[in-house]
Amino acid sequence: MTIPALILVVDDEPPIRRLLRGALERAGYAVIEAGSAKEAMALLAARDPAVVLLDLGLPDRDGIELIPLIRKRSSATILIVSARDATEEKVAALDLGAADYVTKPFDTEELLARVRAALRHRLTADGGQTVLTAGGVTIDLLGHRVTRDGEAVHLTPKEFVALAELARFPGRVITHQQLLRAVWPNDHERHVEYLRVLIRGIRQKLEADPARPSLVVNELGIGYRLIGSA
Amino acid sequence: MKPGDDKPDPDALLRIAAREGRGKLKLFLGAAPGVGKTYEMLAQAAGRRKAGIDVVVGVVETHGRAETEAMTRGLETIPRAAITYQGRTLAEMDLDAILARHPGLVLVDELAHSNVPGSRHPKRYQDVEELLAAGIDVYSTVNIQHLESLNDVVASFTHVRVRETVPDSVLEAAEIEVVDIPPDELIERLKDGKVYIPDEAARALNHFFSKSNLSALRELALRRAAQAVDAQMLDYVREHALAGTWAGTERIVVAINELPGAELLVRTAKRISDALRAPWTAVHIETPRARHFGETEQRRIAAAFNLASQLGGLVATVPAVSVFHGLSAFAIEARATQLIIGKSSRSRWFELRHRSVVDRLVRETSGMAVHVLPLADEMLPKVRRGIARAEPGAWRAYLATLMMVAAVTVVATELFHILALGNVALLYLLPVMLAASLFGRWPGVFAGLASSLAYNFFFLPPVGTFSVSNPENVVTLLVLLGVAFVTSHFAARARTQADLAGSSARQNAAIAGFARQLTTARTDEELMQAICAEVARLFDVRTALLTPSSAGPVLRAAYPPEDRLATIEMAAAQWTLDKGQPAGRGSDTLTASDWLFHPLRATDRTMAALGVARDDGRNPIRSDQLQLLMSLIDQASLVLDRMQIENEMRDVAELRERDRLRAALLSSVSHDLRTPLTAIRAAVDGMRRAPTPALLDEIATETARLNRFVANLLDMARVEAGALRLTLQAIDLTDAVAGALHDTQQILAGREVRIELPADLPMVRVDPQLFHHVLINLLDNAGRYGDPGTPITVTAQRDGMGLTLSVLDEGAGLPPGQEQAVFETFHRLEGSDRSKAGAGLGLAIVKGFADAMGIGVEAANRVAPGGARFGLRFGEGLIVRPLDEKAFA
Repeated sequence: MTIPALILVVDDEPPIRRLLRGALERAGYAVIEAGSAKEAMALLAARDPAVVLLDLGLPDRDGIELIPLIRKRSSATILIVSARDATEEKVAALDLGAADYVTKPFDTEELLARVRAALRHRLTADGGQTVLTAGGVTIDLLGHRVTRDGEAVHLTPKEFVALAELARFPGRVITHQQLLRAVWPNDHERHVEYLRVLIRGIRQKLEADPARPSLVVNELGIGYRLIGSA
Repeated sequence: MKPGDDKPDPDALLRIAAREGRGKLKLFLGAAPGVGKTYEMLAQAAGRRKAGIDVVVGVVETHGRAETEAMTRGLETIPRAAITYQGRTLAEMDLDAILARHPGLVLVDELAHSNVPGSRHPKRYQDVEELLAAGIDVYSTVNIQHLESLNDVVASFTHVRVRETVPDSVLEAAEIEVVDIPPDELIERLKDGKVYIPDEAARALNHFFSKSNLSALRELALRRAAQAVDAQMLDYVREHALAGTWAGTERIVVAINELPGAELLVRTAKRISDALRAPWTAVHIETPRARHFGETEQRRIAAAFNLASQLGGLVATVPAVSVFHGLSAFAIEARATQLIIGKSSRSRWFELRHRSVVDRLVRETSGMAVHVLPLADEMLPKVRRGIARAEPGAWRAYLATLMMVAAVTVVATELFHILALGNVALLYLLPVMLAASLFGRWPGVFAGLASSLAYNFFFLPPVGTFSVSNPENVVTLLVLLGVAFVTSHFAARARTQADLAGSSARQNAAIAGFARQLTTARTDEELMQAICAEVARLFDVRTALLTPSSAGPVLRAAYPPEDRLATIEMAAAQWTLDKGQPAGRGSDTLTASDWLFHPLRATDRTMAALGVARDDGRNPIRSDQLQLLMSLIDQASLVLDRMQIENEMRDVAELRERDRLRAALLSSVSHDLRTPLTAIRAAVDGMRRAPTPALLDEIATETARLNRFVANLLDMARVEAGALRLTLQAIDLTDAVAGALHDTQQILAGREVRIELPADLPMVRVDPQLFHHVLINLLDNAGRYGDPGTPITVTAQRDGMGLTLSVLDEGAGLPPGQEQAVFETFHRLEGSDRSKAGAGLGLAIVKGFADAMGIGVEAANRVAPGGARFGLRFGEGLIVRPLDEKAFA
């Protein structure tokens, strides 16, 4: 990357903004800050950042309302960074188009990993990656092939669809609903337990230790995330 | 929570606070010496001692009785102090020694005792006061004649004046236990020499211990105890209209009638009662005339009764043939000393015939002051009085009477050849008596007239005319007529009395049954439902009960069940609740309503409105049933009031418990927040001097702990607010454990966690978020209480009844017997290191959340290696069934 990616930090707390700016700049990103929804929207239009780190508790507007507005005016990937940790809130934010959700207080390393994932997705969406590796596992989205330590692994069609859905946005949380829609497109009544059984099957075949999943990890009450690198 | 929502009455709290820290006084109250007060006191003291209370004997008079002496032997006795007075040395209770010894409970016999001059206090009850103020509980004994307010009363009938008295206030603040034996038994004990008699009493022995005296003393003791208990309860809640102590001699009876001045009579009675500190009763004498009262009269009587019970009087209805008879009998039976009646407004003519009730009462009752209240003329009704309306179906009675007379005439004609003329007249007495006793006075008189006419016409010569030729027969005819009148009068009177007695018995049975039904209710809801059901049953009406709220009347119970009432009924109910007055059909207000609402009142508020309605739209309650309804409503009000008071008291207790927990939490929280903050601050300071990775780790760990702790506080608030909203979802326990491990990696840094979950573990249905916190707290707990360096193990077992997920640590384990207690809020293992912070919240949250999700929690010690095992028990109902295989094809 020659031009550092531009990241907009929206938070009404200056110490948090300072903290985020420090961490992001050390990681090589360019950072701009907004303390309110109004400022954020102005900067969004003027500077067109690649990623928006959005706090939900803003003084002039609820951050949740801001998500669709940002989506409409910009292609920036939205990461929620909030102290609110209710499951419904997270699901709502993700459904409205946020790419991920990080709960305060956050682990800086983890936050940077999520930012990386968000930026990677922009590259993939821009016409890139179709093969993904994580640990000893390689997933070839176009070739419909999955190998573990070089050996082909047989997945059922539904297992593959679920894994592919996760692999399309590696590192990002995919909600239960998104996965259910992808795997059982004609059956809207499917419950989460079907998904859990399916994921368990995938783990049995791909995880080094299925009791401690490190490839397909659960996001409490929300969905799953594929940990991997392109 | 709105401010002030659940705040207790501040005054009530103040009173409780004043009592707190003070010792409690329990008084063993007896009617006379020898009933066994000291014995009972010692027996209970022995029980307390067995229960682990530190009991000492301050002073106990055994009077040399071996039984009593033996009972003191098991208890520590504080030696009495010697006090020299006028050259003599006397032993008194050693107050200072007891205060210095500060036991939990001290026994002080003979509360009324006067100390030797030169003691700190002249009276022993003052010593007791000091002991109580020092926070020492006291058991003491006293006889009823020593009570100050009763001193005169007792002297007046025993002729023994007691000099040593105790103020009533001492009794009022004490828990009282009456030690009671029947007078006969006491006299028996006296004869056997089992009772110690002080010298001064011995002189009057024969008189004092007479059976009538003992009975009277016993009644006084029981009454006074009951009164003190009531007073304590009422004081607890609020001022009550029935204040003051009762002197014991005076009793007031007020006669209320159907006239407009009845309420004035009641108020007067209340005033006199206050002045004399005497109990009072409002009585209505139900004469045969009362059966013909219209609705207005019935209502006035009911209103007067209502007022009387509100003002603290008793109410009674006495059926009698005349006001004089009923009233004098009742007053004598009630041992009234003051009788209050209104000046009768009867006409001169009536008074001449009957003599004024007032005159007769004054003349014929002795030992009773009769107050006569003039009722102003304009209060009196302008029109008619005393004209009996014909009863429904009366013409049938007259027809039957006529037929009886005709039948006798036919029979007499048949028998005329063997009967003397005079005996025929006797035959005619039969229909007279029958008619009078079956149908009442007027049909009886009618029978007399008809009989004499028939006798004259058919039998007295000249037969076939109404003229009488023989003067002797004129006498016979007159006698027949006279006998008819007198007979019918008495027969009718007997019948009326029987009727009245019958209806009164029915009413009493109804009231008794009602009371019984109400006492079985355990909650407000049950009570209200019982009130509705019983009133509906007794009056054959529909009933509804509404209570006030800021949003208007709330329908709390109905019989038959009802969901809602129409707007007009709600308006009527609102009126009743606001004004404490009846409203709706048959009242003066909102008469368009189909329902009639009556208030259920406590002294200071309207608690509820009871609505009654009849399907056919008639007036719900017949006027002659109004009094019964009023009595039932009064009774229901009392029970409801009492129940609400009890609820209030329970709420206050709960509130105090909650306050206590909150205070414990606050102190715990500040400690637990400061510990990690202190560590972080120290680490930061250290970093300034020389940054090391160890210091960074320290900061990271303590920050994680702080974060965890704040999350726990929020969780606990949710549990306590009872506001847990569950979003149940099927989860894979593998995911749940992995997630919890991820979030505890900093707290558990350096600890090995072994996960031993079978691959085929079924999924369970829980709230993922809550369950996550349950697991985190269990892992956190295991990390904190297991020995450093030992592994933590997570296992799961499926069995026929469900599934158990266990978190095991290796360490000291739980103290035996405390396995369940660890789940209580703020419980921290005794003797555990304070530096292992956590406010004891963690396991309480585990339990609170697990309970909410229907998961069982268990705690036990491991055998080998030592340590604790915390288990989460999922019943079959929480386990997700195997899914349809086809869905995965």
